[in-house]
Amino acid sequence: MKTFNYLRATDVDVALQRIAVEPGARFLGGGTNLVDLMREGIEAPETLIDITRLPLDGIEELPDGGLRIGALVRNSDLAAHPVVRGRYPFLSQAILLGATGQIRNMATVGGNLLQRTRCLYFYDEASACNKREPGAGCAAREGFNRGNAVLGTSDACVATHPSDMAVALAAIDAVVEVRSSRGTRHIPLTEFHLLPGTTPHLESQLESDELITAVELPPLPVAAHSYYRKVRDRASYAFALVSVAAALDFGADGRIADVRLALGGVATKPWRARTAEQLLLGAAASEDSFATAAAAELAAAVPLPGNAFKIDLACRTVVAVLRRLTTERSGS
Amino acid sequence: MTTHAKTPVDPAPSVPVGGAVGRPVDRRDGHAKVTGAARFSAEHHYPDLTYATMVHATIARGTITAIDTAAAVAVPGVVAVLTHLNAPRIRPVRKGNIVRDLGPSVSGTEVNYLNTDQVFWDGQPIAVVVAQTSVAANEAAPLVTVTYREQQARVDFAAEQHNATPAKGDLTFAGTKKKGDAEAALATAQVSVDLRYTTPGLQHNTIEPHATIAVWSGDHLTVHDTTQSTDASHKYLAWRFGVPAAQVRVRAEFVGGAFGGKFAVWPGTVIAAMAAKAVGRPVRLALSRKAVSRAAGGRTASTNRIALGATRDGRLTALIQDSITHVGSVGGLLEATSSPARHLYGAKNMLTRQNLVEMDLLPNTWLRAPGEAIGSFVLESAMDELAYELAMDPIDLRMRNEPATDPTSGKKFSQRMLREAFEAGAERFGWADRNPSPRSMRDGEWLVGMGAATAYHPVLRLVADVKVRLSNDGTALVQCGFHEMGMAAATVQAQIAADALGIAYEKVRVEYGDSDLPPGPMAGNSNQTATVATSVLAACAELTRKVTALARKTGTTGQEPAATLRAAHTPFLEASVGSTSRLGSLRSQGRFLATFLKDQRWSKAARGAQFCEVRVNADTGELRISRWLGMFDVGHIINPKTAASQLRGSIVMGIGMAMSEQTLVDPRNGRTMSAGLDSYYLPVHADIPPIDVAWLNEPDKSMPLGIIGLGEVGMTGVAAAIANAVYHATGRRIRDLPISLDKTL
Ligand SMILES: Cc1cc2nc3c(=O)[nH]c(=O)nc-3n(C[C@H](O)[C@H](O)[C@H](O)COP(=O)(O)OP(=O)(O)OC[C@H]3O[C@@H](n4cnc5c(N)ncnc54)[C@H](O)[C@@H]3O)c2cc1C
Repeated sequence: MKTFNYLRATDVDVALQRIAVEPGARFLGGGTNLVDLMREGIEAPETLIDITRLPLDGIEELPDGGLRIGALVRNSDLAAHPVVRGRYPFLSQAILLGATGQIRNMATVGGNLLQRTRCLYFYDEASACNKREPGAGCAAREGFNRGNAVLGTSDACVATHPSDMAVALAAIDAVVEVRSSRGTRHIPLTEFHLLPGTTPHLESQLESDELITAVELPPLPVAAHSYYRKVRDRASYAFALVSVAAALDFGADGRIADVRLALGGVATKPWRARTAEQLLLGAAASEDSFATAAAAELAAAVPLPGNAFKIDLACRTVVAVLRRLTTERSGS
Repeated sequence: MTTHAKTPVDPAPSVPVGGAVGRPVDRRDGHAKVTGAARFSAEHHYPDLTYATMVHATIARGTITAIDTAAAVAVPGVVAVLTHLNAPRIRPVRKGNIVRDLGPSVSGTEVNYLNTDQVFWDGQPIAVVVAQTSVAANEAAPLVTVTYREQQARVDFAAEQHNATPAKGDLTFAGTKKKGDAEAALATAQVSVDLRYTTPGLQHNTIEPHATIAVWSGDHLTVHDTTQSTDASHKYLAWRFGVPAAQVRVRAEFVGGAFGGKFAVWPGTVIAAMAAKAVGRPVRLALSRKAVSRAAGGRTASTNRIALGATRDGRLTALIQDSITHVGSVGGLLEATSSPARHLYGAKNMLTRQNLVEMDLLPNTWLRAPGEAIGSFVLESAMDELAYELAMDPIDLRMRNEPATDPTSGKKFSQRMLREAFEAGAERFGWADRNPSPRSMRDGEWLVGMGAATAYHPVLRLVADVKVRLSNDGTALVQCGFHEMGMAAATVQAQIAADALGIAYEKVRVEYGDSDLPPGPMAGNSNQTATVATSVLAACAELTRKVTALARKTGTTGQEPAATLRAAHTPFLEASVGSTSRLGSLRSQGRFLATFLKDQRWSKAARGAQFCEVRVNADTGELRISRWLGMFDVGHIINPKTAASQLRGSIVMGIGMAMSEQTLVDPRNGRTMSAGLDSYYLPVHADIPPIDVAWLNEPDKSMPLGIIGLGEVGMTGVAAAIANAVYHATGRRIRDLPISLDKTL
């Protein structure tokens, strides 16, 4: 790891002023991703501005029934929050299925959104990676790509966005609040992360001098009937091969009155499955309609030899989750 | 001054005199380990200690044409950067003779580290940075830039297999074994299967990564090393550095798991000693997990054809196994994958062949149950497939082919209770509840299946020198340079010595893990317990004779040994097996040959019956193991508690092999892409079900105290039992490990 300067910010404005004048600086949240990347030589910031003492660690209920989550709330605390568990259970489940207890105790909401891909070639300095070194090429395409994406990929990059939490947030239509010395912006989570295109090194809309200050959840009654399912290569402590965040509600006619669906593990960003949602809305809750919707969402998938199975797996997992939510609803 | 590993002596005896063997005594090293008092190799402190980090090649084969160390040298705190241009010279690996000194087999590779511009695998250490702190060494190492002239490299196992040639084998394992005409018998068999199974390479991931501290004092070298062969390793280092063996001391009091990966001497050990020589200060070289997977070998991948022919009533008429495994161009060993096929079933006609292909990869090495872990997956999966072809219960098929004598050698079994193990196991597991049709059992969204397989691991005994001292304060000291890698080796030898001397277990102290002690065996091939016990029993018997004679003289017959010594005004008595003199070491070679030949009269092995229940998710293909039973035929158990841990731990490793472990070598360039725990998937707690282990506890009468080594047998048959259960659950045969969910979808 390269030697770096460390300073601790206790005031948001001071942190913002500092980063504005020092482009080589990076914010340090829980450090569970950034420090690893520094150890591997993939990131080498001149300065780390520790933001964990900033007063951005509260969770507040909003008058409209939504929730405002400070950017420095630890993943464990967010997952355990009674309002999250009651109104957005799949968000709590998504977090708890990620990493380990120790890591979740350190990890922050802001850092989780900005965690970087787990592509094997991104992590290996001796391999070509356009994300690490624009123009270097992509070793993953013809290499080991079991963990890589089938949706939202480009010739330059097939790296999966690894976050579980962000998949549930995409389904919720969460909004990311960011601040810089230039002011405050609100960015819908589904637009926060960028598709790789020809610039895979650019991963989000966040500018280098911007700080994530909060994530806001809108009130969302359907989210009370939600479920997060994560499928992976071992029972715990692994990133998703496929994950599904779904919320489902029915009208008096028994048809689907509201639905939210997002996918993880298969895409270059947290993947809101809008095509599937549109097909499901108003449809009867049946294996057939679930399968049709899932297949439509995955129709755009571009498989690689090592990850082609994910298309079928994603469809099957979507069907299984929607079936489960349907059964739960009719049971209650 | 010499200090050796000491095991704490509990003042309050809780084990009755004469009743230590067979008791579930706690591990002696347990307290030190959980409190952090145990010092592992990287944890010894020396004033002036420096820290080293290796630089690894990033091509598979070629020549270093330039190496620029300026940026690394400029990092504050860096003491030296050594490359082939400036490192101390070392002697090439000596080709040896396995009987005389284990010879080259103790060398992980034949490379003259930092003495050559040649690169033989991606990951080969080609430079080392030595610094005042590990932080500086780690910062500087990636700054070394290397230019290569690359050569065509053979790195794709699938593509290289056609170049495989028949393996020669050695004293203990022949490359080819033939009986009758197996191909002809297969062609005319009433029922047959002819199948292909593959297994991927596997990496060592012990909890303690490889580490060395090397300290020169003049031309005396002390090395704290993560090794399971202090004796072989100190001789090896003496040779390479050109000093007498008596001037090299290798210490390894605590080893955090080894499993074969710390038997051979790997580059880190040699380079630490070179670096210490170059900088004139002690050097610590503790490998990162990535460095371990680049610079210390693992298990070879394999491709296996297996064919079985049988009569309609299930008698094997033909058994063929043809395996291809790989070695590196600079070392590696023949993985004896056909070992189970040669000894388990009484087929009339047999043909087992081992083929090797040389590749430009890190040489492979031993990894728990080398040969049998793969071989038992292949054979025991195929037996299950044949059972379904015959519409027979897979256990019945095995029992129908129980041989009266060893099917390959024709020798008598010293002990064989596989039938009893399967009977007792089936009863305890509830095998009779199994509906044999595939896909017939279900629990909600989970398809349920049960599988069984035979476990098998041969017995090997080496020699140990031992010294036992009995003092007039009632204590005894056992000294032997054996190895404690966490399996309770010292605890078990203390139990054996206590009963042999007729004193309390708590009065026995054991020193081990140091090449200055009477040389012990390497700890591998499940040999150590029986090997050391043989010598401990001999030394204790001699001591007992001496005490008895003294008792007669002093009129203290019938009293405790210490009373006799006190009556005779003798502070202590000693007895030894072996000695380090030249004559002594010749004698110990003689002893090895005598034991080896004696053991060769029999076919000896540890065996067992593995049973498991699995669940496969009908939607996603996820595999969960819900129940396990291993019922073993492993001789007389000295310590039920530690034996159970060994067996259970082996089963866990087998589960990893079956479900998720896999070395990813990029077929384009030979680079290991699974060089960390983030990409090499070990099983986690949530993957492991409750594991029930049990044993028959029948002594093998040809072995000291009836002991059969059990450190590896538990790993065998595990992958097959799981694959067979997955077939039962889903109707799908998975013939390529690991059984990942995409294969069961
Ligand atoms: C072994 C392991 C297993 C894991 N498994 C999973 C898993 O299964 N699922 C999953 O979803 N995740 C997993 N993770 C990832 C984990 O969730 C992330 O590492 C964590 O959420 C990152 O949060 P952090 O606060 O530690 O971020 P940091 O490491 O501190 O920061 C990450 C990035 O975010 C930036 N940053 C942090 N906070 C802010 C802010 N407020 N404003 C602007 N920039 C900011 C930093 O500058 C840095 O670039 C795993 C991690 C590890 C180490």
